[in-house]
Amino acid sequence: MFIKLAWHSLMQRKGSVSLAVLSVAVSLILVLGIEQLRSHTKSSFGRTVSGVDLIVGAPTGQLNLLLYSIFHIGNASNRISWESYQEFAKLTQVNWAIPLSLGDSHQGYRVVGTSTGFLDHYRYRNKRPLELSSGQNFVDAFSVILGAEVARELDYQLDDSLTLAHGLVGTHFTEHDENSFVVRGILKPTGTPVDRVLYVSLAGLEAVHGADVEHDDLVPDNITAFLLGLNSPMATFQVQRKINEYSKEPLLAILPGIALSELWQILGGIEKILFFVSAMVVLAALLGLCILLLSTMRERRSEIALLRTIGSGPLFLFLLIQAEALLVLLLGAVIAVAGLILGVWLVEPLLADQFGVYLDGFSMGEHTIMLLGAVLVSTLIVAAIPAISACRQGLRDSHWVG
Amino acid sequence: MNAFTTRPQLAIEVEQLRFAYRKGPAVLEVPYWSLPVGEQVFLRGRSGSGKSTLLNLLAGILVTKSGSQKVLGQSLGELSERKRDRFRAKHIGVVFQRFNLIPYLSVEDNIRVATHFAGFRGDFRGRVRELLGGLCLGEEVLPKKVVHLSVGQQQRVAIVRALINEPELLLVDEPTSALDPEARDAFVQLLMNACEQKKCTLVFVSHDSSLERHFPLVADMREINIAWKLRPDWDTAPEALADVY
Repeated sequence: MFIKLAWHSLMQRKGSVSLAVLSVAVSLILVLGIEQLRSHTKSSFGRTVSGVDLIVGAPTGQLNLLLYSIFHIGNASNRISWESYQEFAKLTQVNWAIPLSLGDSHQGYRVVGTSTGFLDHYRYRNKRPLELSSGQNFVDAFSVILGAEVARELDYQLDDSLTLAHGLVGTHFTEHDENSFVVRGILKPTGTPVDRVLYVSLAGLEAVHGADVEHDDLVPDNITAFLLGLNSPMATFQVQRKINEYSKEPLLAILPGIALSELWQILGGIEKILFFVSAMVVLAALLGLCILLLSTMRERRSEIALLRTIGSGPLFLFLLIQAEALLVLLLGAVIAVAGLILGVWLVEPLLADQFGVYLDGFSMGEHTIMLLGAVLVSTLIVAAIPAISACRQGLRDSHWVG
Repeated sequence: MNAFTTRPQLAIEVEQLRFAYRKGPAVLEVPYWSLPVGEQVFLRGRSGSGKSTLLNLLAGILVTKSGSQKVLGQSLGELSERKRDRFRAKHIGVVFQRFNLIPYLSVEDNIRVATHFAGFRGDFRGRVRELLGGLCLGEEVLPKKVVHLSVGQQQRVAIVRALINEPELLLVDEPTSALDPEARDAFVQLLMNACEQKKCTLVFVSHDSSLERHFPLVADMREINIAWKLRPDWDTAPEALADVY
């Protein structure tokens, strides 16, 4: 009976109520959307690299090194020599080393030159290894292994051949036509930037850049960066210092975890501002709802007086107004969540493309539920104003006035 | 409610009843007025005669500390607010001049709201059908929105709403003022029949003296309420009195 009354009462004012629902929905989309972005960015970045103890590259900011070597965002300012890589790869504390050579592209996707070790040792999301959905690791200099998305989007199958462009954008750069690569393996989707990369061997990359396949040894002069896995994490700082103090060439070794937390610190400030702004927008929407309910009190005088005379107590009137506010919130929340599910689905490819952030669809995280809870409590508090007004009106007025 | 185990003789009994809004002068001053159970009284009174205040007091919407305010054997002033609301829902039916129904609910839901507050349990359909029949309304009005009914139909639905919980007392305030003159007599007759059938005490307040002839008992607010006589200027300011009556 109670909900029925509240519902029909709202339906009575379809126009203004649907606007209130809309403003609640929009504000919730904002606050929940920011929360989605925050949690997804964090988990997406956090799970991209796992099990790598040190990342080594030419001296630059540690964040920059992390971004270009792992997330393939931005470019390296300098390269490092192959000798340095070899020297550190041979250290006794080092379990495995993966060289990375960046700078080429294929139809807008990045090409990374690396070794067979990449497939064997690279880990993401809680030390999960990379898996091939078909094919195998590099078999010769002209093998290419495709990330899942590259294979899907460009529609490559095993044994297809392709050519590489020098530089990072499009096809109008000189293409290395003389050496075509053959797809030897396709990786399973990982939800990390790996999906959007073509992996070739360093030797293949040398050949593309003009080395003679028949006569040269196809060893590169330099690479962009390398990843190190150590036998014991205890050695991390020792090895890091050794690299940073290397005398033959300036090098920078960073711990992925520390670089990531630096990233969070930067993002954290922005995140707080965004959250504050969106919280204010929610509050404004709720106040709008409160104003709507309050302004209807006058026209509802006789209705309230009638309810009182047929036996409703003030508590009933209070709860009736609260129920109306909650119904508006509920409708707004349903629309917001539906809108977000759709929105996340729509912007997912765009975000992956531009920022290397992989959303896993809309997720009802603990934070989201807490946010909704907080909005619920705020609604109850804000709606108490018109609800109390209804109560008092009920006590003051009756049909028999004068 | 133990009041009903002893079957009160008087449906209404007020004594030394005095009421003033805020700190204003008394608008109601009733030395004594009573109405036996089962009676049907026509209470003549215009706006300003204190009838609204009296009805508010009889319905337990207002209470006063001064004097006794007994309805159906129950001193309303002694009840908590919660119990008074419950008492009103269960034992007192009310029909107003207008706005008797919630406009956005159907006729059926309007009647159900009243049973909700009274904690009614039983054959809702059967009772509604019986009451509708007695008031010359068909069951086809039940799903209709209130705004789609004529004023006359609305007032009759209001009687159904007021009688659905089988109250012992029915308070009716100018129910015919929005009706055509020819419809008034018919309406009053239907109302009285419905009350008689339910053995319900009826207080019918109106300024329309032409309806008096339907009632066995007639009272006048001027005789019940003596507040106006207590005004210091009542005999020297006839124009002020003209305002009141």
